[in-house]
Amino acid sequence: MQLSLGPVLYNWAPERWRDFYFRIADEAPVNTVLIGEIVCSKRSPFIAPYLPAVIERLRTAGKQVLLGSLILTSLPRERRQMAELVDTAELLVEVNDLTCLKPLVGRPHAIGPFINIYNEASAAFHAQRGATRICLPPELPLSSIAAIAAALPNVLIDIFAFGRVPLAISARCYHARLHKLTKDNCQFVCEQDPDGLMLKTLDGAEFLTVNGVQTLSSTCANLLGDAEALREAGVGSFRLSPQDCDMVAVISIFRAVLDGREHVESGTRHLAQLYPDVPFSNGFLHGRAGFLSVAPDARSGQPHQFREPIKPHML
Amino acid sequence: MELICPAGTPAALKTAIDAGADAIYCGFNDETNARNFPGLNFSRDELREAIALAHRRSVKVLVAINTFPRAGAVSLWHRAIDDAVAAKADALILADVGLLEYAARRHPGQRLHVSVQAAAANADAIAFYTETFGARRVVLPRVLSVAEIAGIVRETTCETEVFVFGGLCVMAEGRCSLSSYATGQSPNMQGVCSPASHVAYEQVDGRTKSSLGGFTINSFEIGEAAGYPTLCKGRFTTKHGTGYIFEDLVSLDAATLLARLRDAGVTALKIEGRQRGRAYVEGVVRHFRQALDALDSGLPIDAGQLVPFTEGQATTVGAYHKTWR
Amino acid sequence: MQQNSSSSLFLRKRCPGSSLYSDTMNFSKVPPPAPSPLPVPPLLALAVRPLPLLPLQAVLTVVLLRICGEHPRIFDRLGEHARKRFGIKPTDLPFGFLLEPAPSRPRLSVVRSLPDDVDARISSPLAGLFGLVEGHLDGDALLFSRDLVVEGDVEAVLALRNAIDDAQLDPMAEIASIFGPLAEPLKRTLQIARTVASASNRSHKGI
Repeated sequence: MQLSLGPVLYNWAPERWRDFYFRIADEAPVNTVLIGEIVCSKRSPFIAPYLPAVIERLRTAGKQVLLGSLILTSLPRERRQMAELVDTAELLVEVNDLTCLKPLVGRPHAIGPFINIYNEASAAFHAQRGATRICLPPELPLSSIAAIAAALPNVLIDIFAFGRVPLAISARCYHARLHKLTKDNCQFVCEQDPDGLMLKTLDGAEFLTVNGVQTLSSTCANLLGDAEALREAGVGSFRLSPQDCDMVAVISIFRAVLDGREHVESGTRHLAQLYPDVPFSNGFLHGRAGFLSVAPDARSGQPHQFREPIKPHML
Repeated sequence: MELICPAGTPAALKTAIDAGADAIYCGFNDETNARNFPGLNFSRDELREAIALAHRRSVKVLVAINTFPRAGAVSLWHRAIDDAVAAKADALILADVGLLEYAARRHPGQRLHVSVQAAAANADAIAFYTETFGARRVVLPRVLSVAEIAGIVRETTCETEVFVFGGLCVMAEGRCSLSSYATGQSPNMQGVCSPASHVAYEQVDGRTKSSLGGFTINSFEIGEAAGYPTLCKGRFTTKHGTGYIFEDLVSLDAATLLARLRDAGVTALKIEGRQRGRAYVEGVVRHFRQALDALDSGLPIDAGQLVPFTEGQATTVGAYHKTWR
Repeated sequence: MQQNSSSSLFLRKRCPGSSLYSDTMNFSKVPPPAPSPLPVPPLLALAVRPLPLLPLQAVLTVVLLRICGEHPRIFDRLGEHARKRFGIKPTDLPFGFLLEPAPSRPRLSVVRSLPDDVDARISSPLAGLFGLVEGHLDGDALLFSRDLVVEGDVEAVLALRNAIDDAQLDPMAEIASIFGPLAEPLKRTLQIARTVASASNRSHKGI
């Protein structure tokens, strides 16, 4: 089982962003690293100056580097950005919106988790056009993952295995809206929340997080306990999504558990220490509500056991 | 501009025809369409009869098969396509690339529309669908301004269809897992957003609390206008305060923009609401038929009459105005 | 609550040994629905107050059986929800209805208060309920304006709403065709109710 590190989804200060990847390059046992601003095109100029150095450092360290495309492309400026991205022949592009697929047809490329692949037929469609690796949508249950992986033995199937789960993308910026700013003059207020802005229900239960135009879960996906089942299903890679915590350590724990050097329970405990106060979830994988945490042995046909991730109470 | 109207039942379809629809969209009563609600939609027989009736009245019927097939069960969706074609559907509304490929290959003459669930939000994405599958029309996601729509029309040969009234997805359509995060059921997979089976209304301290999958979505005081218990229209709390984080309780009403949409070169106007009753179909379709007639005659368009049908008893033009973002 | 002796007798006969229809039972664990912005039409309340429930029950049973016979598609649309029990409470009437649409034996009972264990409870001024059955009002719009309150099994209510909306029912015509001139008192009452209903709805909706 390989490990891939998803792109940083948050608006981190450019130097921090650079140093994050430098450290990943130097220390993290990860096979593939996704880079690029995929959430908001307005943030792209900030990291642009550091991109070449980051790519260089990662490649020198032996990591495969992929460039991620924007999740939602609508403006002419964004389309130009995507056209330039696709021209970067040297690096594999991970397609997150079909906008940039046409020029990539016939060339090896990757399909990101924001492309709707729910079945073996649509996966095969992309494989026939040059997709060599597919990170499936986080919403997919294990049965679907297994069916897709079985149908495409030559495509590397990557599964979103750690991080707050991206749930939606919008043309509207919720950070700007919350700060009573327009999107065009947003003052990049999303930088105030490097791990997203927590959104609670009226009775105080943590529910979702907001990252500019993107909405993510409040829980953190953690498929460590499901690794064996996913391996059996033909999954070839785990996608770990950067959060505001020690991601080198997170990656190392996943590596250790996957290699059998650490037990799932102890690995999970370590993850909880590294990323405290954020409940884990894996409900999507089990065909349940995504926020739920289902015990790994539930798939053996025993009744589902849920960890109680929310404690609603009246204000 | 064509007026495309929703029908969740054969009775609603008849109502839409009588109220002045140019075309009606509907779906089968299963998970192949994105309004898979209890008691709603068409059996095979009902669809055949409905299409025959509509054709006698010179009205088109577009069949939405716009969920993403479940892995290992794709044949269910293929059968829906075959049956819709056999029932003489005027077009199929599809979102999944596998289904588009199947329909284009198996039924080469069949007119294909790209569903809003495919979220084709720019000319490049649209070109992908037209060139790969011969799609004739794209239903544009509700993330674009009128100016951007005009730009798309200039760049593509594909017909464009835009929403003018009804429920407003705040997130890019077809790319939203909020519902399944709370309930395990999503528009893309099961064809339901915020499924009724997971909705609860509760009276607490004189307020009505709505919840979805155990999460409180909103709380209304007596007499306060309400909306669907969808997550994107919920009231939530952040460190900055409490309110409608994603979108206020509103529905889309673009009646005031009809002239601009026509000038932008839009082919068809779509009314959301296959889950609504005959009264909604009658009221909204007739209103937009009159508005289009007024537009053709250069008369002013009567706006704002449809407020009783809207969430929160309020309307917005949504992303059509750039400032919405 | 003032009880009409004939209805109490009737209810006890229908449900021997059951406390569900107990005269004193407060049907709700939750507070009653909020007063509706639809004004309670005093004319309507006056018109129905003297109406004895037993004859009403008889009329409704016949009407329901006829509707079910003529619109079998209702059961297709209801599906599994046909087995559910729906409590229907016109907020401006001193009684409610218990609808059990099971195809084998559909029942519509008049009750002084709704039993506690219904699967779903639907409350609205009679105007709203009439409008829904006849298809003149949109259920979601009534929910948005808070003229309709749904509690319990929302999915079942949705199925019921869709099934009824598709059936294009005309209860007045059904009553007229079944009872002819014999139905005059009831028809008059319902006609008043409907007139008041649509008038109050028009004034409320501004249309």
